[in-house]
Amino acid sequence: MTHVPISVTVDGAVYDAEVEPRRLLVHFLREDIGRVGTVVGCDTSNCGACTVLLDGQSVKSCSVLAVQADGRTVLTVQGLAEGEHKWHPVQEAFKECHGLQCGYCTPGMVMATVDLLNENPSPSESEIREGLEGNLCRCTGYHNIVKSVQYASELMGGSK
Amino acid sequence: MTDTMTTANANAMGRPLRRKEDARLLHGQTNWTDNIQLPGTLHMAILRSPMAHAKIARLDVTPALSRPHVVAAFGAAELGDLNGSIPCVWPVTDDIQMPAFPALAVDKVRHVGDVVAVVLASDKYAAADALDAIEVDYEPLPAVIDMEAAMKHGSVAVHAAADGSHGSNVCYEFPLKPTGDGSFEAAVAAAGDDAVVVKRRFINQRIIAGFMEPRAVVASPMGMSNEMTIWSATQIPHVLRVLLSLVTGLPENGLRVVAPDVGGGFGGKLQLYREEVLAVQIARKLGRPVKWVETRSEDMVASHHGRDQIQDIQLAATKDGKLIGMKVDLIANMGAYLQIITPGIPLLGMFMYPAIYKMPAYEFNCVGVFTNTTPTDAIRGAGRPEATFAIERIIDEMAAELGMDPMKLREMNWIKHEEFPYTTVAGLTYDTGNYEAAIAKALEAFGYDALRAEQEQRRASGDPVQLGLGISTFTEMCGLAPSRTLGALKYVAGGWEHCTIRALPTGKIELITGTSPHGQGHETAWSQIASSILGVPVDDIEVVHGDTGRAPYGMDTYGSRSLAVGGQAIKKAAERLIEKARVIAAHQLECSGDDLEFIQGEFRVKGDPAKAQPLAAVAFEAFSAHNLPDGVEPTLQAEATVDPDDFSYPHGTHLCAAEVDTETGKVTLRSYVAIDDVGIQVNPLIVEGQVHGGLACGIGQALYEGVEYDKDGNILTASLADYLIPSAADLPSFITGQTVTPSTTNPLGTKGVGEAGAIASTPAVINAIVDALRPMGVTDVKMPATPENVWRAIQTAKGGAE
Ligand code: FES
Ligand code: FES
Repeated sequence: MTHVPISVTVDGAVYDAEVEPRRLLVHFLREDIGRVGTVVGCDTSNCGACTVLLDGQSVKSCSVLAVQADGRTVLTVQGLAEGEHKWHPVQEAFKECHGLQCGYCTPGMVMATVDLLNENPSPSESEIREGLEGNLCRCTGYHNIVKSVQYASELMGGSK
Repeated sequence: MTDTMTTANANAMGRPLRRKEDARLLHGQTNWTDNIQLPGTLHMAILRSPMAHAKIARLDVTPALSRPHVVAAFGAAELGDLNGSIPCVWPVTDDIQMPAFPALAVDKVRHVGDVVAVVLASDKYAAADALDAIEVDYEPLPAVIDMEAAMKHGSVAVHAAADGSHGSNVCYEFPLKPTGDGSFEAAVAAAGDDAVVVKRRFINQRIIAGFMEPRAVVASPMGMSNEMTIWSATQIPHVLRVLLSLVTGLPENGLRVVAPDVGGGFGGKLQLYREEVLAVQIARKLGRPVKWVETRSEDMVASHHGRDQIQDIQLAATKDGKLIGMKVDLIANMGAYLQIITPGIPLLGMFMYPAIYKMPAYEFNCVGVFTNTTPTDAIRGAGRPEATFAIERIIDEMAAELGMDPMKLREMNWIKHEEFPYTTVAGLTYDTGNYEAAIAKALEAFGYDALRAEQEQRRASGDPVQLGLGISTFTEMCGLAPSRTLGALKYVAGGWEHCTIRALPTGKIELITGTSPHGQGHETAWSQIASSILGVPVDDIEVVHGDTGRAPYGMDTYGSRSLAVGGQAIKKAAERLIEKARVIAAHQLECSGDDLEFIQGEFRVKGDPAKAQPLAAVAFEAFSAHNLPDGVEPTLQAEATVDPDDFSYPHGTHLCAAEVDTETGKVTLRSYVAIDDVGIQVNPLIVEGQVHGGLACGIGQALYEGVEYDKDGNILTASLADYLIPSAADLPSFITGQTVTPSTTNPLGTKGVGEAGAIASTPAVINAIVDALRPMGVTDVKMPATPENVWRAIQTAKGGAE
């Protein structure tokens, strides 16, 4: 199969590569450039484990082709905390509120939360539940994920 | 808000410390099996049967070999002797039928997803592509999916009999039949006219484990001799090592099994899977690392399923509500093959049907049946959710029959707190418990009386949205030990656990555990236990687990056993370490060991606290060994392997309020209260999290989840689009709370918590729905209680056409 050259900025670094046109963005991230913090949980775009931000918008990186990311910017959970600040408020909140157990849904859940709070800095409980509907977690029952999002919102100056 | 506790001296036990695991997990610095990329790796792709039952008339894998990047392809013929049989370690009866279970199907496929052939390629996409090239001719055979049809004489046989003749689908029959006074019939007869017998058939449907990390395995031969390292997304690295050695014939001492970060298990990764055997055997044959990561679609048909029982339950009571006996007749679906403990799952339930109630008679019969479906095995609770569902459902049915309040009927029959220890009619001795306390607390948190009043109002006004209250006053057994009890049940392995603690020369502690966490937070909780004994800060303790190379002894993590059993080993090892250190410290301080007290991480001379020696200094002395007392060996470490005296018995009360739209069948959970008694808690934050997750699983079974087959054995729920794992939008927030009755079967007083939520919640939800609809004549609702199933139950009760 012919390969196509792409150039993608991932977590602040530029990666030039040649990929098959059918290559999924998540496989490019994980297998070609070693950003294994983002994970795969399904093959039907249902679980959200692979969620990243593409030019600031959350996408399921299993349903985006690597070539579609050409010339664009990807932010994963590994690049979320910047410079001195080793913890993004959303990460801090998930730890504080025990919003994770096995941690497999976590990269996607955190990125989806970042996106949610960008759109709606002070979501209600039902807005949080609806907003995270595309991200499945089998461990936490979501109770503490909802609390984590509420606390993150507070830390980021959203609610209260 | 944060309680991170890095200071020494404070007691770490019982505090809601934030988890040590989380920094890594939240920053994507993870080590999932799928992250492992070794040079020269071959990716394995699997050709699975699209048919539930068929003869493989012809299989030709060679066309795959000419596809790009393909290195090898195997069917059963090509794999030959390396195609071992997957073992079952729980032959529950002497005459159980245990058919061969080859890693690659030989001649026949027996369920959709059965493994027919594999392709190995240097590129993952290429391996999957090449499956197309494999040529298979199937001769379809009639499939048997329905358990009762499968039991009938002359049914299509999933397996031929051992002598090659037409087989029976009955895998085993397990009777627990007391005769004479203890029998159910005798008890009912003795009560004469006063006896009320309620009989129900419950269907406990098939579900998946639903771990979010798909299964994955990497097998890497080391090139020399027979050494092999295997990384697997497993709950049971230690057991896996033993079994892989037995199945492959590779010497156990050459195998190292690592469970790196594992993304949930819920029983679904308590298994020796055929894909693990294939990866090892092919890596061995080709001398290259082999990697396999399942797709979610494969998981849906090939990771073991759970539950799937038909439960015929009879409960007898006197007219004033005293229970007199219970009879359980189960049909349990084994699926097409026996996996690691498939036949034993219903028997774990056998002990729990009488639950928290006193009754003089109990009978249990179980028939295990083969069908052309994915094998079943343990999923969160394993046998106990099914048992709890049956007893808590039928006790409500009995209450309705007797015209009693369901809580009142329970109260009349439960074991009172002053009656512990109590030996149940099923033969277990519950060490401690206080059902009254948990129930009182739950009723208060729930606002039971107000909700009952609202229910009356809605009934009176004919509100189309009715309110139902569901009760589940459950107990369960966890710990799965002692080993001799497991032996008596014909379970092959033991139930002990191991811990080694090393005090390193720099003062850091290495705690090596045989448990293998995959979300349970052992690194934090085990550090808390050790910290509370050793007086060393939690952050100075490193918990090593999940790697047979670094943690050689263990029985792994399942059955809510890790704390109940593993916790004891930690305590014992820590205490032994202090005893050894005491001898050295006494020598250093020039006193007798008896004159020392160990407080806050240091040995102090009694009455002269200025003279003290911290544990770290003792550890360094043990390392340098310059001045050890005579007869004391260098290094400061201690180990303990503990086989507990008995199971432990968490219990609690779960209450569910459900609104049921009688026009659409839609169920909305209005509130859910869970008061759990899991004994002494090491970390209440983790305990709560475990309860929440269990609730989601049990509520999922009640409302959303169910594996569906059509009559030909095609699986209709083969992706996460069709099988509904609840999302955040499908669940409410929960009200949780605790009562604490320390267990007396272990010195920490702990029980187990991993499964409690899943065990208790399913009947609470269904009881609530039935309670809402009972005035309409509804006495049961098929699970999952989807709007359609609820609506149908209403229509059937009305006697209307469906
Ligand atoms: S991997 Fe499941 S949605 Fe992308
Ligand atoms: S933390 Fe395990 S799936 Fe969400």
